[in-house]
Amino acid sequence: MIEISDTELALRAARLYYDDGKTQDEIGDILGITRWKAGRLLALARESGIVAISIVDSADDAEIRPISGITATDRSRAHGVTDSASLRAFLCGLAAVDAIGLEERAARLATRSIKNDSKRAALDTIIRLIDLTTLEGADTPGKVRSLVRKAILPDPADPTAPRVAAVCVYPDMVQHAVAALGSHKGDGVTGIGVASVATAFPSGRSTLEIKLADTRYAVAQGATEIDMVIDRGAFLSGDLDTVFNEIVAVHRACGRADGTRAHLKVIFETGELRTYDNIKRASWLAILAGADFIKTSTGKVQPAATLPTTVLMLEVVRDWFNLTGERIGVKPAGGIRQSKDAIRYLVAVAEVAGEEWIDPHLFRFGASSLLNDVLLQRQKMTTGHYSGPDYVTVD
Amino acid sequence: MSRLAIPKTYKLFIGGKFPRSESGRTTEVSSPTGSFIANVAKASRKDARDAVVAARAAWSGWAGASAYNRGQVLYRVAEMLEGRLDQFVAEIVESTGAKPADARAEVSAAIDCLVWHAGWTDKFAQVHGGANPVAGPFFNLSVPESTGVVALVAPSVAGSSLLGLVSSIAPALTTGNAVVVLASELAPCAAMTFAEVLATSDVPGGVVNILTGSVDEVAPWLASHADVNAIDLTGAGREIAVECERAAAETLMRVVRPGTFGPTESAFNRIAAFVEIKTVWHTKSLA
Repeated sequence: MIEISDTELALRAARLYYDDGKTQDEIGDILGITRWKAGRLLALARESGIVAISIVDSADDAEIRPISGITATDRSRAHGVTDSASLRAFLCGLAAVDAIGLEERAARLATRSIKNDSKRAALDTIIRLIDLTTLEGADTPGKVRSLVRKAILPDPADPTAPRVAAVCVYPDMVQHAVAALGSHKGDGVTGIGVASVATAFPSGRSTLEIKLADTRYAVAQGATEIDMVIDRGAFLSGDLDTVFNEIVAVHRACGRADGTRAHLKVIFETGELRTYDNIKRASWLAILAGADFIKTSTGKVQPAATLPTTVLMLEVVRDWFNLTGERIGVKPAGGIRQSKDAIRYLVAVAEVAGEEWIDPHLFRFGASSLLNDVLLQRQKMTTGHYSGPDYVTVD
Repeated sequence: MSRLAIPKTYKLFIGGKFPRSESGRTTEVSSPTGSFIANVAKASRKDARDAVVAARAAWSGWAGASAYNRGQVLYRVAEMLEGRLDQFVAEIVESTGAKPADARAEVSAAIDCLVWHAGWTDKFAQVHGGANPVAGPFFNLSVPESTGVVALVAPSVAGSSLLGLVSSIAPALTTGNAVVVLASELAPCAAMTFAEVLATSDVPGGVVNILTGSVDEVAPWLASHADVNAIDLTGAGREIAVECERAAAETLMRVVRPGTFGPTESAFNRIAAFVEIKTVWHTKSLA
């Protein structure tokens, strides 16, 4: 008979008990020992540090990450997702995405003919849904101020052009955006929101502590919306717990002292998740973890937003609405540069999720150069002649 | 066994590439005797807009190149044209029924036209610019610079299948403009073969864009396009020229009216039609 050390046995027992949810009786049967021995081994496992248990009090803003298991949220509990196993079971139980069918659907939506009157309305709607973005290493307070001016009055020659939903900047630029907006600041409908990327954007490669500090800083500076990135490395290596817990923790960090909180958009970087199945799982995971918005990409990775990806995410928020009556927002970002493309996204929103989603609270375009193209198209509809990039502000 | 000939389908020339018309339309070109020569693309207003975007993008590079360099490139175009002289003669004879000797004279004139303009690139500013006397210790210099994107309606009269086109393009290129050319409806094949010459002779993609199709349909869109800085209506019919000039007034565009220059004329003033004068001051000395 092979001798197995107590430490080795304790490790096995701990796996069976904590990961697989077996009772001490069952562990005894499996390992060929008594249940008292199993109990002693589990105690040994805890004492020797094989198992570390941390208790997370949801009232406390603790950034302690449970080493095994997830911090369940109200949403996840309502769907039976309370621990690692149930999260994995839930996400792996989702129906696989029919990639060909999805792309075919997206391609069909893109062929809709838009009449001139509708086009005019669509262009104004697009402006109202834009998160006007500058996320460059070279951003300066001056550049952010001019971005804000453009957000308030997109076309100085035509005051009928609506204002955009929000400006989107790096955390250290939030204060400048807030100062420049002044009384124009709002939630996207009442005024212009201030969205800040956070959590070690765009790669998301840092510790949870730093990501949370990043988020709290942006919220403290006055951001009304936080665009966080998920840990793609963890997601792709199958560590769904880490991804889930990070979203929960950042969601908490979005809270303000007065009890309100900044809206949380969760960026998947769909170009790095590779498959539609992954994107679908990430969408459900983010919603269960508390996302207010799900967002395709950072804009720093190609491919960024695509129509099929957005259609898929719209299907998820539609399914979530049918399940719970709660509406989650969708934000395609990156690579949408032309009005023609943006109109296709609007068609997809109306057809897949419903027209209620064509609202700054539920749908946004993350874009910078899109606004100029929309303004050029508006000018064409007003004046009757085409013009070029010299006829809109440089940003 | 006889070989099956491969007839060429002519396309457009936009941004250094040869795309089909976005509209998918083509028209047949026949010889004077009525036999089929080829299908050529029929450009739409979308193609015209694409061409303007390509020209605008290419303009800064071409205008910023040294005058000497532009001269070398124009001379290179002449060299490449010389090498294809027989091909052009054959095409002109087939499509217009001209005598081979006349066709050869026309292509030779087109080559000479390019060489003439190549010579002007680094001399034009000396003649058209100047040093202005001012009441102070300053140099005051007036320098001609390219206008920007120039739309050209190439003339279509007998004996100008190629020469009319080259006589339109060369003056605008000399000073650094980027051009969008509407080829003559009578000679689309020679125009697109000339595009092949341009594509193989160091002219940056987008500096010359050539469209074939209906001038009456496309020219007004170019004339009203706010991102086009000048339009040469030498090849436009009377009615369409009036319509274009009216549209051009809306966007403050430079206009060369029909009849200002002969269809195949090479003239100093034709180069001067597409420049803006920039005046700069500079201190003479700080000592």
